[in-house]
Amino acid sequence: MKIKLILASLAALATGAVFLSGQDPISGVITKPHGKPRIAVIDFRGAGDAQKFMTSFNTTLWDELSNSGVLEMVGKSFYPLDVPQQPSDFKPPTTAAPLRRGDPPRTVRNGPWLTDWSNPPTSANHLVFGYTAVQDGRLLLRGYLFTVTQPDVQSAQLIGKLYFGSLDDEGAKKVAREFAADILQQFGQKSLSGTKIYFVSDRSGNKEIWSMDYDGSNQKQLTSYKTISKEPIVSADGRMFAFTSLIKGSWQIMIHSVETGRKLPFYNPISSTIETPEFTPDGKHVLYAASLGGYVNICISDITGANMNQLTHVRSQEVSPKVNPKTGRDVLFISGRSGIEQLWRMNIDGSDVERVTNGEGYVANPSWNPNGQLIAFAWTRGFEPGSYNIFIMDIADKKPVQLTSNAGKNENPWFAPDGVHLVYQSTPSHGRPTQIYTMLLDGTHPQQLTTQGNNTQPVWANGIN
Amino acid sequence: MRNLSRTLVTAVFGAALMMTAAGCKKKTPIPTTPPPTAPANRGSGDTTPAVPLSVRINSFTGEPRSIEKGQAVTLRWSVGNSTDISLDHELGAVAANGSRQVFPSQTTTYTLTAKGGGNQDTRSVTIEVSSSVPPPPSRTAAVRIPPAEILGREAQDVYFDYDKNDIRADGRDTLTKDADVIKRILGADPTFTIVIEGHCDERGSEEYNLALGDRRALAVKEFLVQLGVPDDRLKTISFGKERPVCTDENEACYQRNRRGHLAPAQ
Repeated sequence: MKIKLILASLAALATGAVFLSGQDPISGVITKPHGKPRIAVIDFRGAGDAQKFMTSFNTTLWDELSNSGVLEMVGKSFYPLDVPQQPSDFKPPTTAAPLRRGDPPRTVRNGPWLTDWSNPPTSANHLVFGYTAVQDGRLLLRGYLFTVTQPDVQSAQLIGKLYFGSLDDEGAKKVAREFAADILQQFGQKSLSGTKIYFVSDRSGNKEIWSMDYDGSNQKQLTSYKTISKEPIVSADGRMFAFTSLIKGSWQIMIHSVETGRKLPFYNPISSTIETPEFTPDGKHVLYAASLGGYVNICISDITGANMNQLTHVRSQEVSPKVNPKTGRDVLFISGRSGIEQLWRMNIDGSDVERVTNGEGYVANPSWNPNGQLIAFAWTRGFEPGSYNIFIMDIADKKPVQLTSNAGKNENPWFAPDGVHLVYQSTPSHGRPTQIYTMLLDGTHPQQLTTQGNNTQPVWANGIN
Repeated sequence: MRNLSRTLVTAVFGAALMMTAAGCKKKTPIPTTPPPTAPANRGSGDTTPAVPLSVRINSFTGEPRSIEKGQAVTLRWSVGNSTDISLDHELGAVAANGSRQVFPSQTTTYTLTAKGGGNQDTRSVTIEVSSSVPPPPSRTAAVRIPPAEILGREAQDVYFDYDKNDIRADGRDTLTKDADVIKRILGADPTFTIVIEGHCDERGSEEYNLALGDRRALAVKEFLVQLGVPDDRLKTISFGKERPVCTDENEACYQRNRRGHLAPAQ
């Protein structure tokens, strides 16, 4: 299934197709692909038995690089036929005496050269090449990243590195991901390798908290309270996750250790509903929504639940506090204080409350970009109540940009640690299961990560390192 | 028919012979009470030896067999071959066929004794008397429909407008009736606890709906408390949009899901 998806996206990329058909043009702050470095990625070949796994390898490598959103992939039909496999394959052209007197000196081609890639029609800035082989029963990758606009091989080389993996498809994917992570790092891109997506799934019969790798692999059930557990959140250091659970007739917040899976002590005030937990970036406090004075309002407490302080005191529902990960001071939240629920912002001490969205439609699920500047949320603006779509906004200028406009619902956007991906849930039409997808900030490259049951409320967490 | 008559004659004659033989063999004194006679008009009477008629109580009944103290019971009897017939409990001698009303004050066994020709027969009948009428079982025990069932049968859901938690006019009527149901239940079982569930339709976000459902449940609780339902018998819980009663995509279904529901506490 995953392979199929990857292949589908590969095909779409190769033909330049855009996934979200019927999408409104995007205006505002998000830059489009122009200006991104153009990169050519050869199809790697394997020596001997290694060749069997090269489809997995090439697919994964291409997918990782293209889905990063920071590179413009040069279509393979534009590549020269004479492809290098290692740096020594590059042979600078030489000049020779012209065949006819009076002509300028001839350029004699001696083999592949950098300009094959930098000149039209390829017009690449960078080239990824190399090969794999079998060594001591393991898969060996020699991977190179060259800047082909450089005059010589020495100055062209950015990466020349060995990678080892098991001699199977998994090993091939692993070395491809590691190599891709190194390449992306050269472009200032944080690798998503090691990051985790936490989410809610009902596939076991109850809503429980699950986690998976950033590409949808390794899906694991983390809780088994066999009631309703939802609204997961993960601390910035990746070591704790909190969620809301229906325990003994009331909604309470639970905090678990990621490493041991065990419940950590957390004191819930007496209330029928305590929900939407959020960690402060330093991991020392928890914000949540609790029904204390007759309405669910925003509260803050220590990580143990002690020293609880109610931050808002209004006669309406207020949920989903989300602390700016950069400043640790601004809090986004959803409030119905002006009528229907909108996105609001306040200082973490409850002061300077202001409305962020313009009062139209219903707003839900705010989340912060790691840069502390962009925000994402679900909004019904322009649609019927319940028909949410995903919007992003620069918190400074408050101009919304709509990313999805499918039929059905798109909700719960959450920024990846790399700041350029979003994970979200999509319900294609009424009555169909809800699944989790990732996409780029411009709304392109959707990838479906889940298939079993209903999967909702994804949050993208840093891995523990 | 002729064969049958001959067989009967033979049988009766045979029986008489055997009795005589048995009597001789055992050499026991002749019993004062002769063995029961064969039915009088069976077969030919002239072959049967004459036997004295024995005392016999044909029936002795008391109706009704069980009474409350102070009520009457009619004893009836029928006795054959006796002129000395009496009832105990100082009722004394009675005729061979008769009846008598009695008013026993406690459970009593009446015995009819008939004598005659050197033998007697007795028959008894016992009349159950309950001295005082026990009270009916207490109301709760008797009409013991479980409170949870009463609640489920009689309490109505209260409905809300979209994204609202105000009790509408129709909701006030519903809750006024619900309050009566609850008070009736609590009158019978003061320890009964009710959970007010707040529910939402599917359109809002899960997080906001959980908060809204909480507020709806509280609004219902506040209204019931105003009507005199004790505060400590009412709990609240929100289910947000977790437990819809229908899943259609139209206002009729949305309205059914935007509700406050009364359920027994677990």
